[in-house]
Amino acid sequence: MALAAKFRTCPDTGLKVHSQAEALIKANAVLGIIFLAVGGLFGLLVALTRWPAVHLLPDELFYLILTGHGANVLLFWIIFFEIAVLYFASAVLLNCRLAMPKIAWLGFLLMVVGAITANVSVLQGESTVMFTSYPPLKAQPHFYLGLILFAVGALVGCFIFFATLVIAKQEKTYEGSVPLVTFGAITAAIIAVFTIASGAVILIPTWLWSMGLIANVDPVLYKVVWWAMGHSSQQINVSAHVAIWYLIAALLLGAKPLSEKVSRFAFLLYILFLQLASAHHLLVEPGISSEWKIFNTSYAMYLAVLGSMIHGLSIPGAVEAAQRRRGFTNGTFEWLRKAPWGNPAFAGMFLSLVLFGFLGGITGVVLGTEQINLIMHNTLYVPGHFHATVVAGTTLAFMAVTYLVVPLIFRRQIILPGLAKWQPYLFGIGVAGISLFMMGAGTLGVPRRHWDITFTDAAIAVDMPGTAFLMMGLNGLFALLAATGGLLYILIVVGSVLFGEKRTEAVAKANPVIFDASTVKSYGSEEHPKLSGTYVLVAIFFVAFVLYYYVNWKFLSEVWPLS
Amino acid sequence: MAINSPKGIWWNEPLSKAEVVWIAIAFLWGLVMFFTMIYWHFGGQQNLSNEAYKIRPELFSERTEAMVEKYTVREENGIPVVHPPAGSEVYLIARQFEWWPILELENGKQYRFHIGSTDVQHGFSLQPVNINLQIHPGYEMVLTAEPNKTGEFPIICNEYCGLGHHLMVGRVNVVEPQ
Amino acid sequence: MAGKSKEQGGDENVPFMQQLLDNPFILLFLGVASPTLLYIVWGVIEVAQIPIAQ
Repeated sequence: MALAAKFRTCPDTGLKVHSQAEALIKANAVLGIIFLAVGGLFGLLVALTRWPAVHLLPDELFYLILTGHGANVLLFWIIFFEIAVLYFASAVLLNCRLAMPKIAWLGFLLMVVGAITANVSVLQGESTVMFTSYPPLKAQPHFYLGLILFAVGALVGCFIFFATLVIAKQEKTYEGSVPLVTFGAITAAIIAVFTIASGAVILIPTWLWSMGLIANVDPVLYKVVWWAMGHSSQQINVSAHVAIWYLIAALLLGAKPLSEKVSRFAFLLYILFLQLASAHHLLVEPGISSEWKIFNTSYAMYLAVLGSMIHGLSIPGAVEAAQRRRGFTNGTFEWLRKAPWGNPAFAGMFLSLVLFGFLGGITGVVLGTEQINLIMHNTLYVPGHFHATVVAGTTLAFMAVTYLVVPLIFRRQIILPGLAKWQPYLFGIGVAGISLFMMGAGTLGVPRRHWDITFTDAAIAVDMPGTAFLMMGLNGLFALLAATGGLLYILIVVGSVLFGEKRTEAVAKANPVIFDASTVKSYGSEEHPKLSGTYVLVAIFFVAFVLYYYVNWKFLSEVWPLS
Repeated sequence: MAINSPKGIWWNEPLSKAEVVWIAIAFLWGLVMFFTMIYWHFGGQQNLSNEAYKIRPELFSERTEAMVEKYTVREENGIPVVHPPAGSEVYLIARQFEWWPILELENGKQYRFHIGSTDVQHGFSLQPVNINLQIHPGYEMVLTAEPNKTGEFPIICNEYCGLGHHLMVGRVNVVEPQ
Repeated sequence: MAGKSKEQGGDENVPFMQQLLDNPFILLFLGVASPTLLYIVWGVIEVAQIPIAQ
């Protein structure tokens, strides 16, 4: 196999790229984007239905589309793209051939078949059980089977990733330790193994139950194990998009991590503790002790939050240090003002970082506080929070890196660069609005996964506050904005891959997409620079975090005493 | 750069002061948040008892019906309105697609709630107080609650439970003690 | 904590933490074992201990 491996040398980075790795990266990225398009469209339909003045879909169709929205964007889009990231971070960054490409294609095929099977089952209308598929609501057997096949395929992808690491080490394709971005990918892959194994452990019996081979599945037990998949899959995202933040900062600005040690230690905290946050979904369940709830929901005393806060300093810090080295040294924020805001890869990355931290991170901790969860559980606050993490954080970061993947891997120029410039802003602002207004509506009691908050046909009247309806309308408007950004992304990416100018060596020389290639050879950590701008940013973040945290305790203290 | 392999011993490289300070702040803040949750179990008033039982849905229905029979004061649209004595055991059934029965409680009095589902999972969501609980079939959740305001409080369902999910509404009326 | 291994090819001692972070398979084991024990196993025990109503 080693002899047969074909390589090209990347004119931009000088890295050796294995042709099979490249083909698999392309295939997984393309499939991811297809499911993003489908899932995104479903999401728009959901938002338009929940916009009281529009109320687009009838009830049955609404719940069906909502089920499809969750599966397509939370699982299929993200995991396809993540497999592409894993192959890139192993084979490409380590200058290595990809292990067992045939098996990798088999895994890919399983994922495609699984994702299509689950979609068919949802669209047939007999599997409207939401993405979470809590028993005893029952879907058709091939709904679960589709998810299982998809999970097995993704597990094969993780296996290929680890095997590639072994080959790279054996064949000495790199010296020293793996690059930080690869280390972030290792973190993502480790969490993926736990995630997928948990999914298999619970979905296989549920599948047997749906065929009548098992009498029942305990609903509380199901929730415990299912969320080890459902929430941890979003922790794969966190690790992957943090790795991508480092990647984009490195490629565009030549940014070096402030400290290899600190950044890797932060990823280690993810490996050990991030997955415990699956408990966020079980804080108001019957019969589970507060000891379990507090320990797990706090990721073992917030050690994984510590990891995120470390990245929150390291990444803007690395960007600031790189910018200052380039001469933007005036005042506190010249480095930030003169950052390449017109480059969609940078703009998307920085927006993703800020929105994930402020909107997604802080609210996630608050939502996951044992007692505060009482006033938020299953309200629209929950999707508000995770649209900030998974859409503004992960999806926007993945979109941003696509603007580098297309020229470097697909070797095409980006078409419509004028529009591409605006794409991350449209999408980012749209998603920020969606998140904020859903969270606002949630604090007013608006339930998630609900077709009609006017309760017109209900036997007992419910008067939701007028502000809640206003928020749902604004949510719909911002969903339109985000959908425009999403559509633009798909047009630009598909258009570039199909019709973009071929990036021959001459074209690549004339249109560099990454930072001066000579510095690509450098390595090591930053030499403790002065980073006043970053200190101001993290200080603002910290104050916002503390204030918002205690405001919610105040809200909680006003509700009925419970014990 | 983050895409290059660091060589040699990087673990022993010294940290900048700012990094050390930030890590210390973030770690301490984590401890503060962790101990705030524990503190609230002693110093706060909003905690779940986590008391629960596995129970057959038929048995749970029976107990609820016994309470309804004993304490019904009137009916609204065919739904019994139950006024159990202050301090008593109060049963509430979640089922497709209603919260049954309507409860009439006295302000400032404690009640021991037993909430259970007889079919699928439901989300107890008391509005506009915004207290939210997950209700599982086959389980009975027990907690003590004390209304602190008079008025009519609808209970909506915030866990998807089937096509009539958005029709599932119940109510708690909180009245002045008689 | 200083590691004794010289397999990193150096005449220098690689610190224990760097050896740990350079070994994806130990990390994989830790990353699967930690949530399996702390979250799943403990959680399943919690659910199994819920008493049956009298």
